[in-house]
This record gives sequence, structure tokens and C-alpha cells, in this order.
Amino acid sequence: MNIAVNILGLILGAFIVWWFWIAKSRSRARAEGSSIDIIVDSGVYEPSEIHAPAGKPLTLRFIRKDESPCAEKVIFNSMDVSADLPVGKPYELTITPEKPGEYEFTCQMAMYRGKLIVEPDADA
Amino acid sequence: MSKSTEHVEKSGSKTYRLNVTDMSCAGCVETVEKTLRNMPGVSEADVNFAERTATVTGDVSPQALVEAVGGAGYSASLMEDEVSEAEKENAEFEHYRKLLKQTIVSGVIGVIIFAVGMLNLLPDILTLPGQISWGAVSLLTLFVLAYGGGRFFTGALKSFKNHNANMDTLIAVGTGVAWVYSTYVVLFPGTVAEIARHVYFETAAIIIAFINLGSALEMRARGKTSQAIKRLIGLQPKTARVVRGGNEVDIPIERVALNDVIRVRPGEKIPVDGEITEGSSHVDESMLTGEPIPVEKNEGDEVVGGSINKSGSFLFKATRIGKETALARIIDMVRKAQNSKPAIGRLADRVAGVFVPSVLLIAVFTMLVWFNFGPIPKITYMLVTTMAVLIIACPCALGLATPISVMVGVGKAAEYGVLIRNGDALQQAGQLTSVVLDKTGTITEGRPVVTALEPAPGLSEGDLLTMAASMESNSEHPLAQAIVEAAKEKGHGLKPVESFEAVSGHGVKAVYDGGNVLLGNRRFMNDNDVDVEQGLARYEELSGSGQTVIFSARDGIFSGLLGISDPVKADSKEAVRRLHDLGIKVIMLTGDNRVTAEAVANEVGVDEFIAEVLPEDKAKEVARLQSSGQTVGMVGDGINDAPALAGADVGFAIGTGTDVAIESADITLMRGSLHGVADAVHISRATLRNIKENLFGAFGYNTLAIPIAAGVLFPFTGILLSPVIAGAAMALSSVTVVTNANRLRWFKP
Repeated sequence: MNIAVNILGLILGAFIVWWFWIAKSRSRARAEGSSIDIIVDSGVYEPSEIHAPAGKPLTLRFIRKDESPCAEKVIFNSMDVSADLPVGKPYELTITPEKPGEYEFTCQMAMYRGKLIVEPDADA
Repeated sequence: MSKSTEHVEKSGSKTYRLNVTDMSCAGCVETVEKTLRNMPGVSEADVNFAERTATVTGDVSPQALVEAVGGAGYSASLMEDEVSEAEKENAEFEHYRKLLKQTIVSGVIGVIIFAVGMLNLLPDILTLPGQISWGAVSLLTLFVLAYGGGRFFTGALKSFKNHNANMDTLIAVGTGVAWVYSTYVVLFPGTVAEIARHVYFETAAIIIAFINLGSALEMRARGKTSQAIKRLIGLQPKTARVVRGGNEVDIPIERVALNDVIRVRPGEKIPVDGEITEGSSHVDESMLTGEPIPVEKNEGDEVVGGSINKSGSFLFKATRIGKETALARIIDMVRKAQNSKPAIGRLADRVAGVFVPSVLLIAVFTMLVWFNFGPIPKITYMLVTTMAVLIIACPCALGLATPISVMVGVGKAAEYGVLIRNGDALQQAGQLTSVVLDKTGTITEGRPVVTALEPAPGLSEGDLLTMAASMESNSEHPLAQAIVEAAKEKGHGLKPVESFEAVSGHGVKAVYDGGNVLLGNRRFMNDNDVDVEQGLARYEELSGSGQTVIFSARDGIFSGLLGISDPVKADSKEAVRRLHDLGIKVIMLTGDNRVTAEAVANEVGVDEFIAEVLPEDKAKEVARLQSSGQTVGMVGDGINDAPALAGADVGFAIGTGTDVAIESADITLMRGSLHGVADAVHISRATLRNIKENLFGAFGYNTLAIPIAAGVLFPFTGILLSPVIAGAAMALSSVTVVTNANRLRWFKP
């Protein structure tokens, strides 16, 4: 009994590490394109990984469903871009990411997290 | 960045409203409509000539519409349909009320269940009636979890699917475990040892109540943090009185077009930016610049939207509307800055990212430790500690610590006419050790004025000034303009001159009032054999104090001299003293000669000055200071000093009202006073202190509370934290952070 409970606990711990850290990077909902709808609800941006080419305008259409103030802001800190999202009304944010790289976007408290991955423009 | 107005939505088709300006006739309507209708994707386009708007429906980007109208020779802008502040406040108030209702319902049910348990009002759980009545309590608790805490469970589930965990996860797991275990006890009481036969329904319900109460209080407090922005938005009037077809009509502010002529009466707010075309007044710009004294405005002067007309009635032509007005840009900038995070907050952000999964691990570890080493009944201790760990951990406080203080700090600065570009500028401003000031326009007024009039015996000051001004009215030289201005100010009319001639670098000569008059520097007098002996003593004195001296002679005889200088702003000295009080070294740079520089340096009391610096060398001077280990702020006009501003740790652009290139610096001082620099440093330091308190509190709270909840004190004191107390503590912790940030609202630099 004792050993079984301990093993169960260890498995649970290992599962937490695996699920929230290791498996996380492989399983983000991805989206590509020049215009993307992002749903802001229940602590999650959906999709949370956006791929876009550098130097081209990208329209992100945020649809905030979560009423709590946590979801109010979306901040691309390293790009100096931010917006206040109204509830239940889409908000279009158009940005032109110049440099390839990874840009994180979060809510004010960094609980909502998403990633914008800017790739070198294949057409250029 | 743009925002779209959206009214209809069907398969990618949207409706946009555009402001179209420059339409002068009904024929234009047709052109614009045709242009829009011919665009691919547009299904409908209607232009309203009276409103000067276009309504377009189609699967097309709003930018393309604006460009197409522009291509047809008109200007268009997308009409903003921002959620009004009032709407937002209403929505927030509704949410707040909902949270309070959830608090009350969960709280009341929780307390009733608690009382029922304490007073043993229900039959024994081992009997069938006991099981049935406790089963009902279980269902009642389930109702509380769904009604008051449903969002935590859906949020947790959704996050989990996305390999994320957040506060919802902790609350859902914490209360979920309590309910599942308790319901198991109700269903199978015989399988649980008597000593562990406890149920935790009231715990789950009361925790939900506390967390809702915390959210409600936090929301209230948060509303106050954005007061600065609300105040700025409130400055914007809703209507404007536009002169159209000879009549004055009130129209909504969104419909004001460029070049519209607008009437402003005493006591009214100026609706948009523009230039006075008729009349004059005093205008209170204090809400924008922090400058308390109303500014005199005459024909040709600029007025800023949002400022208040104090005395006269005037007409002005709109030169900037909508998003382009100074007020709109200020609001935009403050909002952006409030959302940005200084470097000091990034650690908390990184921690917040891994916080919840880490707490989950700690909870599992706690459970195992109590299972292996804890006293009997193990299951009770395991449950209580695990629940407490999950519930007490508060990622919110950590995540809020920095941004909430930045919001209040940046807003506070805006109140003083100090626009901070982002969180990093806010942080750096507090760490400055040296401030480099440009002289002209920063310490001084930036425009030369006549500061001395010394007529030769037999002439009055008025005679000398009238003569000089009449001559110089033909010259474009900045010093000449100062003399003409001085005459105008003192009410001296100009007289005609003949045979005017400017001798470059020396002076001017002309025939004035029947005499040959010379006006120029000492060398000019020498070259023309004028004896200036009697003026030399004053000349030495004036030039020694940094003034430029102009001699005057009539028919070869010295007739007086004028001193011209760029006066030091009235409050520069006091501002430099404040910077010294803050422990900051003040250095002045100027392209001027040493004598002038020294005079100004002595007057305001800077620590060091460097004269005859070329504009391009200012940046080098900043770099030199930085390489000697100083954190350097550079204050300049934002245009000529751009490289030095960019090179400095914090670049301050100083300007008055709208003359400022808002985008060019880290910090823009709306008021042309150096006090803005001291204010910025003060506010920055106070904000940083506040952030540190918050971070210290949040980190401290979590690092202390989690181990206590896990039971580290138990072996020594026998104390265990009740999960209910944990819920209350966690609810309070984020409220405390927001409340602490709100203290900054009362700060006075």
C-alpha cells in the first residue's frame, strides 16, 4: 500500500513535469497567415502560437470572452505594442513585425501567454 | 496599429465607417462612392455628404479603403468606435456585482454547512438518513462550486488541455479535491477510519466565497489605477460648434473635418487642435502640460484640443483631428506606456510562467511527505495541507506587482505633464546619476530678447529702441527680431528708413529720420570710425554677463547700446536645485561661447558646463559620461539634440504644449520647464520603490505562506493552516498589491 501510494505520487509529479514543461512546447495550437483570430478565454489564447513572415502586415483579431480584468490587456512587451481588449467585441491589432524571431505576448499579469514566431519572408 | 468598427459580420464581410474630408460638392460624393464600389471585395458603399462619412460593407481591409479614397484625391480616416469609457465602466460594474453576488451566495451556504456540522444537526453519517442528508449537502456544495466557481473549473480544464496552468487550476484542484474526498466519505463512510471521517464541504464553499470577494475588491481597486487615463479621456469634449455655410452648428466631435472653422466661447473646451483665425483669449492648458497659468492666445497661435478657453471668444481652424490631435496622441502614449513593463518586472514574469506547475509539484510532494512521515490520521493531514498549499499560492500578486504600479506611476507622471514612453524609461529615470542639459531652449527661453537699453545722454530709451527697431525691421537676423519685438511690446511704432544696407556679420546701416544711422558690433563701429569710448564700460559689463551688445551711432556719433540675451527661464534655477537635492549631477552643454555659457551656468548653478560644443559632439559627451560609469539623462529640444537624446540612458524632450515631438524621446516634458525632469525622477523613484515593495511582498508572501501551508511549522508548534484561512490570505494578497500601488496616486513630487 505504502509503496503503491508513493509510486502513484511520483508518477503524478512526473506527469506534471512532462505535461506542463516537456510536452507543452510540442503541442501549442498553431496558426499561420496574415489574418488570425485569437480567442481570449479561460486563461488561454487560442491559438497561442502564431507564425508569420517578417516585414508583412499581420492582423490579429482578438476575441475576448473572459470578463475578468486579467484578460483585458494584451501586451507584446518586446515590440512595444499593447492593446486593451473589449469583452465580446473583436479587436483588430495590425502589426508589421520587421525582424524574425520569437515574440511573447501576454496579459498584464503574464498568465495568458502566447508566442508570435516571425520567420524570414520566403518571398523576399 | 488599427482598430476597426464592425457592425455586421457575415462570412468575412464587415461594415466600416470612414470620415471623408475634402469633399466640396455633390459630384465628389459620386467619385468617392464609385471608387469604393469598384474595389474588389466591396459589396456596398454609401457616402453621406452632410456628415462627410462613407459606410462601406465588404470583405476588404479598412486600410485599403482609406488608401483608395486617398488615391481618388480625398482624405479618409477610419472612424473609431472605441468602447466608450462609460460602457467599459458599466461592464466592469456588472462583473463586480456578479462577483459580489457569488461571494454572498457561496459564503452564506458555506457558513450554514459549517454551522450544521459544528452543531451536529444532521444524523450520523454511518446511518442511511445521515448519508442522505450529507449527500444533499454534497449536492449543495456542488452547486456552489458550479455557480460561484464554475469559471475556475472550465478555465482550469481549458488551460490543462493547452498544457497551461494558472490560478484557476490551483483553485479548481484545491476545492475539487475537498469535494471529491468529502463525497467519497459520504458514499462509503465505512471505508474510512473513524478519526479521518471528516467532510470538507464548508471549506470548499467558503474558499470560493473568499476568492470571489478578493476578485471583487481587486477589481474595485484596479478601476482606480486607470484614473489618469480616464481623466485624459474626459478632457475630450463631445461636440464642436462648427461654422458651416455662415451658420454655427453643433456637431459631434467625430465629424469635425480638417480646416473646419470652429467657434469657442468663454468657459468652453477647445474641441480639436488648430490655429486661431479670429479673436484672442487666455487658454488653460494645465490638464495637458501641468502649467498652471493660462496662456495668452492671439490670431495665428496654436490651440490644443482639451484645453479650456478662459476669457475671450474666438474662431479657429482645425489643423489636427481624431487620432492626430495632441490629446489623442498623449492618451495613446500613456496607455501604451502603462502597458509596458520595466526590466525589474521581468523576473516576476518568468517566475509567473512556471509558478503554478511548480506549486502543483509542491502539493504532490507535501502529500507524500505527510503520507510517509505524518501522524495518524494520515489522510486528514494530507488533505488539509495539500488543499492549503494549492489555495494559498497566489500567482496573481506576483503577476500584478509590477504592472499595476507602472500603471499608476505613468498616470501620475502624465498629471504633471511628464509623458513617459515605456516601463524601461520609467525605471531608468529613477536611476540617473547625471543630467546633461542643453542650454538654449532648455535652461533658457530659447529666443533672444532685449535685456538692456543704454541710450547716450540726450536720448530716451524709447528713442533708441524706436530707431533700432525701425532699422532692424528690414533684417531677418534673430537679434533684429528681438529688437523689433521689444519695440512692439513697449508700444513704439516704427518709422520709415531709407537706403537700408546689411553688412553681413557686422551690422546694418540706413538713413533714419534724416540722419545716417549705424547699428552693429564694436568692430562695425571701429570700421566706420565711431568713437564708442563712453559706452565701453557698460559694454564690458554686459558682455561679461553673457549678453550680445549692439552699438548704435548717428552721423558718426555714438548714440547708445542695446544688450540682447536669451534669458534663463524663471524656474530653471529652482529645478537645478531640486535635481541636486535628488543627488544628481547637472552638466550644461552649449554651442555658445564661453562667456555666455559661464554667465548662464553661474546663474542657475550647474556643476559643470562645456561651451562651444558642436551639435554632433553632444552625443559624444553623453557617451563619455556613460563610460565613466554614470547613468545619464539628456534634456534637449528633441530635434537638434536627437542623437544625444537617443544615446543617453534617458532622453528628455522638452517643449511647450504641442511643439513637442512626442515620439522622439524616452520622456517628453509637455511643459517647457526643467521641473519636469525633477518630477520625472521623483515619480520614477517612488514608482520603483512601490514596485519593489510589491515584488518583495508577493515573493515574500508566497515563499513564506506555501511552506507554512505545507506544514513546516507543525513538527515544532503543532500548527497547521486551515484551508479556509489560506483562501482568505490568498484573496487578500492580490488586493494588497493593488491597494499599495494605489498609494502612489497620492504621491506629490
